[in-house]
Amino acid sequence: MRTILFILQKEFLQIFRNRMMLPIIFVLPLVQMLILVNAATMEMKNLNIFVIDRDYSTTSRKLVGKFAASPFFRITGQSTVLSDAESSMKRGKTDIILNIPANFEKRLVKENRAEIQFLINAINGTVAGIGYGYAASITSGFNREIVSEWQKIPAGTIGAQSIQVKSSFWYNPELNYKVFMVPAVLAILVTIIGAFLSGLNIVREKEIGTIEQINVTPIRKYQFVIGKLTPFLMIALVELGFGLTLGKLLFDIPITGSLFLLFGTAAIYLLVVLGLGLLVSTMAKTQQQAIFISYFFMIVFIMMSGLFTSTESMPDWALKVNVLNPVAYFIRLVRMILLKGSGISDIYRDVISLAVYGVAMLSLATWRYRKTV
Amino acid sequence: MISILAEQIGKSYQHIHALENVSFQVGKGELFGFIGPDGSGKTTLFRILTTLIVPDSGSVTVENLDVLKEYKKLRTMLGYMPGKFSLYPDLTVEENLEFYASIFDTTIQENYHLIRDIYVQIEPFKNRLAGKLSGGMKQKLALSCAMIHKPTVLVLDEPTTGVDAVSRVEFWEMLKKLKSEGVTIVVSTPYMEEAGLCDRVALMQFGKIMKIAPPQQVIDEYRRNLFSVKAENTYKLIEDLQRFPETGSAFPFGQSVHFTPKSPAFFPQMLIDFLLQNDHQNPDVHSIEPGIEDCFMELMTESPDAGDLSKI
Repeated sequence: MRTILFILQKEFLQIFRNRMMLPIIFVLPLVQMLILVNAATMEMKNLNIFVIDRDYSTTSRKLVGKFAASPFFRITGQSTVLSDAESSMKRGKTDIILNIPANFEKRLVKENRAEIQFLINAINGTVAGIGYGYAASITSGFNREIVSEWQKIPAGTIGAQSIQVKSSFWYNPELNYKVFMVPAVLAILVTIIGAFLSGLNIVREKEIGTIEQINVTPIRKYQFVIGKLTPFLMIALVELGFGLTLGKLLFDIPITGSLFLLFGTAAIYLLVVLGLGLLVSTMAKTQQQAIFISYFFMIVFIMMSGLFTSTESMPDWALKVNVLNPVAYFIRLVRMILLKGSGISDIYRDVISLAVYGVAMLSLATWRYRKTV
Repeated sequence: MISILAEQIGKSYQHIHALENVSFQVGKGELFGFIGPDGSGKTTLFRILTTLIVPDSGSVTVENLDVLKEYKKLRTMLGYMPGKFSLYPDLTVEENLEFYASIFDTTIQENYHLIRDIYVQIEPFKNRLAGKLSGGMKQKLALSCAMIHKPTVLVLDEPTTGVDAVSRVEFWEMLKKLKSEGVTIVVSTPYMEEAGLCDRVALMQFGKIMKIAPPQQVIDEYRRNLFSVKAENTYKLIEDLQRFPETGSAFPFGQSVHFTPKSPAFFPQMLIDFLLQNDHQNPDVHSIEPGIEDCFMELMTESPDAGDLSKI
């Protein structure tokens, strides 16, 4: 026990003497919060729409007015020739083309039906899908309006407004994307500190040769491992606290669940991540190798973690692979605790899985760590 | 009293035999030196002695403890100074020493008497980061750290390489003092003159021990007459010596060439005449006492692998 304390003391001395360390601990979360949370948004605002209005009637202008009034769309151009719109899309200036044919109003009045066309740039499928959704909902709203206006059917009667959908969004009532992102960014922060810094720290001892001297001492394997990993467990938890404070102050994210549960979960998750860092350090001989190995794992884990995209929509095989993705567990847990206010009874299965994973990972890494060269 | 007993150690890395059939013993309190060129297997041997690597064959006991089976106990008794500086460059002199004392469950105060002579020289810099010390001071700190837990066996891998001449002399004085405290010291060095300071030396080459003897005995057993040959053009001198029929061996030693004749019947005037015939100005040939380096050169020439000088 005393030996572990001495190793800890030495580690903290070295960590805080490292001039890069404090910036990493405090600037990293700030920048990630400000950039990732603000920039990486799935909310569609300012979709560029080009209007081809060949009808130029009251009704068609009213429809265009609806799009102009919507916060999601910005009208970039208007013309009566489709080729103008097409060339604008080719230049990347337009996301959606709204094509209103001539005789739009006339047909609507005479035949009670008319068509309009949307041409959507689907290079980014998600943007295209969501953009179409917005456009379709504006159109159907407009549709209801004119039907009731022209047919003079009293409100409430069948035909005018058959079924009206009133939705309420739980856990994020304003559909604020930041509320979705902040917990995930917190999880990424904890992951980076845990996996990268711990692995690098041990490999550094190999690189500068101090490990050779340490290995000849009576320090036991477990003492070395605990002494090496505990500082980063503590730093990562401090980081989580700091990030959470930033999230509250900057984005006013809800903290619905218990903070104690959040930090407890984070500590368990860190067992997995630190174990991974240690495992990487047993494989790598230089810090460069360690960075590349960690980077490889992290990219896969983070991309499949549900940071930006929903994990539920992944193909079956990917869902099965994701059972091994610790980042996915943690992002899910942080969101559940912070946004939904989940208690231990709601999440104990995930927490237990993480704990088992952590113990397995740490045991494997400790077993692989050799006190010989 | 035997401190280290090594029998038939072998260790290979892929196709390279780093060590082959290495056997030796070191007595308690002996200052035992390993001499040999780079790549002769000294570091591999030291890593086996210090339980860092496992030999492929053979057995080693240090202080009656098997390096394979009883390594845990052995590690508390060993002091090891690797060839590469391996203290924490981002900790200060004092913090390094304190750390190594504490992980051996001791304190600087408790064993201060052991390291006092060395440590007083670096104590004025005790708040300096170890990475910022000069080469000689680094080695003194490393020795202090290796000594702070009062080891019974001290293994030093080329402790004086890259250290200035004055510090080297001081360093060896310290080793002598430690030896007088009863510590068994195993040291390797590429410097031949340091070999003379050991109780016994082992000459190593190509992973084998060629000879083990006290340095004076190594010199005494040197069977040939040795001459120092000087001329103004050293390069041409070596070339001409190789054509001289009486030449047994000729190795450049700084400004002069150490020359051994083939037959005992040789006398210096023969060579002087030869050199004068070959247009050398003021040739000088006189008999000298062999040093350990001469013996090493001779042993190397005798070894079957020595034909390929590029291996050295």
